[in-house]
Amino acid sequence: MSKVYVAGVGLTKVDEHWRESLEYLMAEASLKALDDAGISRVDSIYVGSMLSQVLQEQSHLGALLAEELGLSGIPAMGVEAASASGAAAVYAGAREIEASRANAVLVVGVDKMSDGMSEEVTSAMMIGERQEYTGFIGATFYSINALLYSLYMNRYSVGQEKIALFPVLCHEHAVNAPHAQYPFKIKLDTVLSSPYVAEPLRRFETTAIADGAAALVLVNEETARKLDSLKTELVIESATDYLTPLQREDPLWFPSVSLSTSKALSRSGIEKKDIKTIEIFDATSIMAVLSLESLGFAERGEGWRLLERGELTLSGSIPCNTFGGLKARGHPAGATGIYQIAELHLQLTHRAGKNQLDSIKAGLAQSLGGIASTAFTSILKEV
Amino acid sequence: MFRIKVPRYWRHKDFRYRLNAWKCNHCGEVHFFKPLVCRRCRLREFNKVMLPETGKLIAYTIVRSPPCGFEEQTPYIIGFIELEDGTRILSQITDCYPEELKLGMKVEVTFRRVREDDPDKIIAYGYKFRPAI
Amino acid sequence: MSDALIVNSYNVAGMLMFRDYMVKMNSVIILGYGGYVPRYRVRAEEIARVWGEEQTGLPVEEKAVASLDEDTITMAVEAARIALKRAGIPPSRIGAVHVGTESKPYAVKPCGTIVAEAIGATPKVTAADFEFACKAGTEALQFISSLVEAGRIDYGLAIGSDTAQGRPRDALEYTAASGAAAFIIGRDKDKGVAEIEAWTSYVTDTPDFWRREYERYPRHTARFTGDPAYFHHIVNSVKALLDDEGYNFNDIDYVIFHQPNVRFPFVAAKLLGVDIEKVKPGMVAGTIGNTYAACSLLGLVKVLDQAKPGQRILLASFGSGAGSDSYIIRVLDGVELKRELAPTLEKFIERKTYIDYITYAKNRRKIIM
Repeated sequence: MSKVYVAGVGLTKVDEHWRESLEYLMAEASLKALDDAGISRVDSIYVGSMLSQVLQEQSHLGALLAEELGLSGIPAMGVEAASASGAAAVYAGAREIEASRANAVLVVGVDKMSDGMSEEVTSAMMIGERQEYTGFIGATFYSINALLYSLYMNRYSVGQEKIALFPVLCHEHAVNAPHAQYPFKIKLDTVLSSPYVAEPLRRFETTAIADGAAALVLVNEETARKLDSLKTELVIESATDYLTPLQREDPLWFPSVSLSTSKALSRSGIEKKDIKTIEIFDATSIMAVLSLESLGFAERGEGWRLLERGELTLSGSIPCNTFGGLKARGHPAGATGIYQIAELHLQLTHRAGKNQLDSIKAGLAQSLGGIASTAFTSILKEV
Repeated sequence: MFRIKVPRYWRHKDFRYRLNAWKCNHCGEVHFFKPLVCRRCRLREFNKVMLPETGKLIAYTIVRSPPCGFEEQTPYIIGFIELEDGTRILSQITDCYPEELKLGMKVEVTFRRVREDDPDKIIAYGYKFRPAI
Repeated sequence: MSDALIVNSYNVAGMLMFRDYMVKMNSVIILGYGGYVPRYRVRAEEIARVWGEEQTGLPVEEKAVASLDEDTITMAVEAARIALKRAGIPPSRIGAVHVGTESKPYAVKPCGTIVAEAIGATPKVTAADFEFACKAGTEALQFISSLVEAGRIDYGLAIGSDTAQGRPRDALEYTAASGAAAFIIGRDKDKGVAEIEAWTSYVTDTPDFWRREYERYPRHTARFTGDPAYFHHIVNSVKALLDDEGYNFNDIDYVIFHQPNVRFPFVAAKLLGVDIEKVKPGMVAGTIGNTYAACSLLGLVKVLDQAKPGQRILLASFGSGAGSDSYIIRVLDGVELKRELAPTLEKFIERKTYIDYITYAKNRRKIIM
C-alpha cells in the first residue's frame, strides 16, 4: 500500500463572502493548494460539501471544479458525509493513492452558508440527521446538542461554566490565525450571557453562518520526493453510528470516534502520547467535551477538566484547535474537515505563524458528520 | 426548498399519528420506521407494536432558532422521553410553558399539527407529548 | 317571546304521523364518551378591555382557546381517544366516523379521514364531515345512531369539534370557543354508558348566522338570532320529541340546551316550563364559552360525568340556519365504571391558563404575518 503525503494546502478566509460564489471559493482554495504544492495537474479531484445541493441547489461539484480549474477531462466527483464531507473527500483521495491508482489527488471542501436565510441554514444543518424522525418534528442540530448537554450536566454534575470555557479557548487561538472568521478574544461571561439557541446551549457555544473552502494536494511518496515535499504523512480512518445520537445506547459516548481513532493510531504506528496537538470538532461546546472523552484524552465525564487545567492551550500538554477550531476559525460545514487537516499540516511544517507549537511530530484531527454519526480520524505525522 | 413533501409525510402516518413502530423479534430493538434489517442484531423479523402513550421526560430544550416551517411556533420545546416500555423518543412537548418543565415529569402522547406548509397549505399532523393530565 | 311557543301544528301533526310508522330496530347505546377542552382561556373582561366595552353583563366569563398547534381535527382526535378508552372496543371495529364542525382546517379534504386514521379506525370505515353551524355535532350523532340502529355498522364514532372564530370586536368574539366531544355508539346495552331512546329534528330556513365561502368570520343578525332562531327551534324540537315519544319533563332529570351564552338556556327552560335546576348541571359555556358543534355535546359529557344509572337526559342542540336536534338519553349501569376509565371534562376545564388578548390573537391566527 502506498503512503499518502500532504504536498500543499490552500485555505480561503472563513467569512461571509457576499461577492464570491461557491465555485469561485473552491477554485480559489484549490489553486492555492496546487501552487503551494508546486504542481499544476492532478490525477483526480474529490470535493466534499454538505450544503451545496440545498443552499445553492448545485450538485456535480467535481466536474464543476475541474472546469473552473481548467482541468476538465480528469476524473472528479463529490463526496458527502454531512459536516464531515471535507474529511470524506480526504478519505476518498487518500484511498486512491493508497491503492496506487493515483500519484496526486486534489481534495477540496467547500460550503457557502451565507447564500441561505437563517431558517434555511437551520434546516440545512439538519440534513445529516434522520429527517423523517427528528427533522419532521422541528428538532434542530442545536436542539439535539442541547439535549446531550443537559444529559451530560445532569449525569456528571458539571456546571455550564466549565464546558463554556471551550469557546473562550478557541477565540484565544484564532487571534493569530489569518484565515479565521472571528480572530478576537472573548470572556467566559460573554459566552454565558449570550442568548440561548436551545437551552442550555448559548449562541457563543455554537458556530455561525460561514463561507469557506479548503484544499489539500495529496501525493504518493514518489511524487512527494519530486516536489521536495516529503514532510507530513497522512493516515485517515473512519467509522459510523446511528444518525440520531439519542437513539444510541449511550448518547454521551461516540463509539465512532474511539473506533476510528484506534484504527488510525494503529495504522500510523504511533501511540496516543505521541500526539502533540489535536483539532477537534467543536460544532458546539458540548460536542468538544464529548469528543475529548471519546478520543481518549479524558475519562468519561472529565473532558472539561482539560480546559480547566489549561492543557488545551498553546502551552498546554495537548494544544487543541490552534487556529480557533470550528467556533472561531469558523465552520463552513463541508469545508471544515479539510481546514482541520490543513492546520495540522501548517503546524507540522512550521508555518503556523504566531501560534506555532514547538517540536511536534504528530497531530490528530477529528471530523464529525452530524453528532458523530460519521467520524473521521486523521493522523498527520512528520516524516 | 424545505417543504412538506406529501408522500413522505403520508407514508409514515402510522408512526406519526399512532406511534406504531416495529420491534425486532430477537433483540427487542424498536424501529420507528419500517426496517428490513435490525440495526442492532441484523436479524430480519419484526412485530408491529403500538408504543406506550405515556413516559417521563429525561431531557428537554427550547428551540429559539427554528428551521423552515416552524417559525410561527417558536419558541417550542423538544423533549427526550423515556416511554413506559423503555423506548426513548424525541418529541415536541406541547401545552407546556418552559417554566413548567421538570426532569422526570410524566408526559402523555397527543395529536397535533406538527407543521404547516406555507406555499402548498398542506398540514402535517403527528404526535407531540404534553404534561400528563 | 311568546311567539316562539306557537308551534306550527301542521308540522307537529305531520311529524307525529310520520313517527307513528317508525319502529325502533335496535337499541342505540353510548358505549364511550369523551370531552376535550384546550388549555388556554381568555377572559371576556380581557376582550372587553381591548375594545373599550362595558365589563358587566358579558355573555360568558371566559372561553377556551385552542393552542397554535390545535385545530378541529386534533381536538376531535383528543375527544375520540378519550371516548375509545371508555368504550373499550378495538378502533378497527368502528364502521363510521362522522365529524360535525363549522371550522374545517381544509375547505376540501375531510376531517373524518384524518381522525379515523389517527385513532386506528381505517380503512374499513365510512368517514364524513357534517356542517350545520352549532348543531353539526348532534347531527353527526343522528347519522351514527341511525347506522348502528339499522345494523349497517357495529360501532360508530360521532364527534362535534370546533375552533370557532368571531370577528374581532363582534359580540361573538366573547363566546366563540374551542372544544370537542366524541361518542362511540354501539348496540350492546350491558356495556353501555347510556341509551339513546329517541331523537328528532326541527329545521326551517332561518338565516340568523352564516359564513360565505372565502370569508374568515361569520355574520349574524344580532337579536334575530334569539326569538325566531334559537328559541323557536329548540322549543319546537323539544316539544315534538316529548309529544312524539310520550315523555314529559317529570321523566327527565337533566336538560341540556345549546349554550351560545349563559342566559339563553335558562330562557329556553322558562319557555318550556323546565325547572332550571335540571339545566344547571349541563352548563359549560360560562367557563369555556360556546364551543359550537361541541357545545351541547360537552354539556352531555359533563352530565354523564355525574349522572346516576336510570336517570334521563334531554338534550337539545341548536344550529343556525336553522334547526334543533333533540335527544332523550337514559343513563345505564355502565356509566359509573366507564367514567373512571378516562379524565372527566372537569379535569380539562380546570386545566386552564389565562392568556391575554394578543396571545389569543396569535393563537387563533388573527395576526397577519
